[in-house]
Amino acid sequence: MTALPERTDKKLGLVIDLDTCVGCHACVVACKGWNTENYGAPLSDQHAYGATPSGTFLNRVHAYEVQPDRGPAQTVHFPKSCLHCDDAPCVTVCPTGASYKRVEDGIVLVNEDDCIGCGLCAWACPYGARELDRAAGVMKKCTLCVDRIYNENLPEEDRTPACVRTCPAGARHFGDLGDPDSAVSQLVMDREGVDLMPELVTKPVNKYLPPRPKDDLDQIDVLSPFLQPVAEPAKGIAGWLDRVLEKI
Amino acid sequence: MHPAPSVIVFTTLSGLGFGLLTFLGLGLPAVTGWVAFVFYLVAYLFAVGGLVASTFHLGNPKNAPKAFTQWRTSWLSREAICAVAALVLMGLFALGAVFFGGGWQPLGYIGALMSLATVFTTSMIYAQLKTVPRWNHWLTSALFLSLALGGGALLAGQVWAAMVLLVLAGGMQLAAWAGGDKRFRQRGHTLETATMLPGGTVRQFEPPHTGSNYLLDEMVYVVGRKHARKLRIIAMLLMVVVPVLVLFFTVDASAALTHLAVLVAVLSHLVGVACARWLFFAEAEHVVGLYYGKR
Repeated sequence: MTALPERTDKKLGLVIDLDTCVGCHACVVACKGWNTENYGAPLSDQHAYGATPSGTFLNRVHAYEVQPDRGPAQTVHFPKSCLHCDDAPCVTVCPTGASYKRVEDGIVLVNEDDCIGCGLCAWACPYGARELDRAAGVMKKCTLCVDRIYNENLPEEDRTPACVRTCPAGARHFGDLGDPDSAVSQLVMDREGVDLMPELVTKPVNKYLPPRPKDDLDQIDVLSPFLQPVAEPAKGIAGWLDRVLEKI
Repeated sequence: MHPAPSVIVFTTLSGLGFGLLTFLGLGLPAVTGWVAFVFYLVAYLFAVGGLVASTFHLGNPKNAPKAFTQWRTSWLSREAICAVAALVLMGLFALGAVFFGGGWQPLGYIGALMSLATVFTTSMIYAQLKTVPRWNHWLTSALFLSLALGGGALLAGQVWAAMVLLVLAGGMQLAAWAGGDKRFRQRGHTLETATMLPGGTVRQFEPPHTGSNYLLDEMVYVVGRKHARKLRIIAMLLMVVVPVLVLFFTVDASAALTHLAVLVAVLSHLVGVACARWLFFAEAEHVVGLYYGKR
């Protein structure tokens, strides 16, 4: 049923630390790998070795530049995948009931056997989290690796989403954001995690930790004021020109 | 948004078809026999032709019957149900008109209501989307309904009703363009709110992939403003101005000339609506474009 549940028992989701992410795209590759080999239709590529390669990805890493009023600009790597919103607009628009939000853990999933590939859910999502697979004709989205996190065939340390497991920088955290005492909720509290596009009130479960402000180093070499200036007064014609122009 | 031909054909044709069915259901004109057969044939060709076209953009059409199940939340599901209900009810009403001399009027009224409801549900598929500020307004529904009624009146030969309704639809279109051009900005969606990055002006440094993707192809269609303005003028002329003028100057003409005038008006209107519908999609800006530095 495409009606959203009143509440979910858990709110499983990701916390993404924009201060730590180095933009290596390992999460993108791990996600594509796991989700191509496991649950549902594989994530296809089109013209992978041609002039216009494209493909289905459930996680993409953008890069932005933040230019403050003063001082140097800062580059921020920005991974983006499904935010498993509490008020997921993608779920309610689905005409077939293929899209749903799970009551037990809040994960938003697509039942590919019911999907007609109309694309309306992708239109309803502000974050670009859903992509229609061009080979299979069904809607693909982040499953929060639902086939890993409960999978008792895997060693316990692997029972997290593939992107979290692979992140070499520790920029991705997985847990229950509905439990205020969980490690991820504490992290969000400490670092003042934010919702993306809050004006659309989708109530995302995933949170983003903003980059910490850069510190501003003072002059560190106490002797530098006493050094000879490197620039020397111009000589010859250039010097003459300099003096003449100075007088005008 | 990507102006997919299947969706443009669908909304244009089915809007006209269900508009005509609305008038036929109301008994305007109250036709019977062969004349009724031709009217209903035209209406069903438009309405069903449009619906068939709409299935061409589905990735997985074999699951289409399941689209009747989610009417509690989904406007697309409601549209499917309304369309089938309207076609079945008006089909029975047409049967009565063609073979039994008409007279099943209550059925026609319900059928007319369901036909209008179909156009309304179609419009709500677009109007509900907060992610596309240009569409997310009651004017979208007002525009779709007034265009369907205007075009329906035109096809039904209701000359004065057609003129009034087409002028009304033209007004709705102008209002939708004027309001729509400003709405993205008014809603305050920016790259800053999209990323929530503090401390300065945000710009895209690097896209996630060098190539294109489904999101960019489907939702980040960019149309040249110069062409858009020209196309708006063409759409408005063909959709409203030409049909209304043709009808107005042939109102008292002979029957043959009136028929010809209506044909010219219908063809002009059809091309005009298709042009306006292309703009409806091509000019619509989805907020996801912000993440790609495209808004």
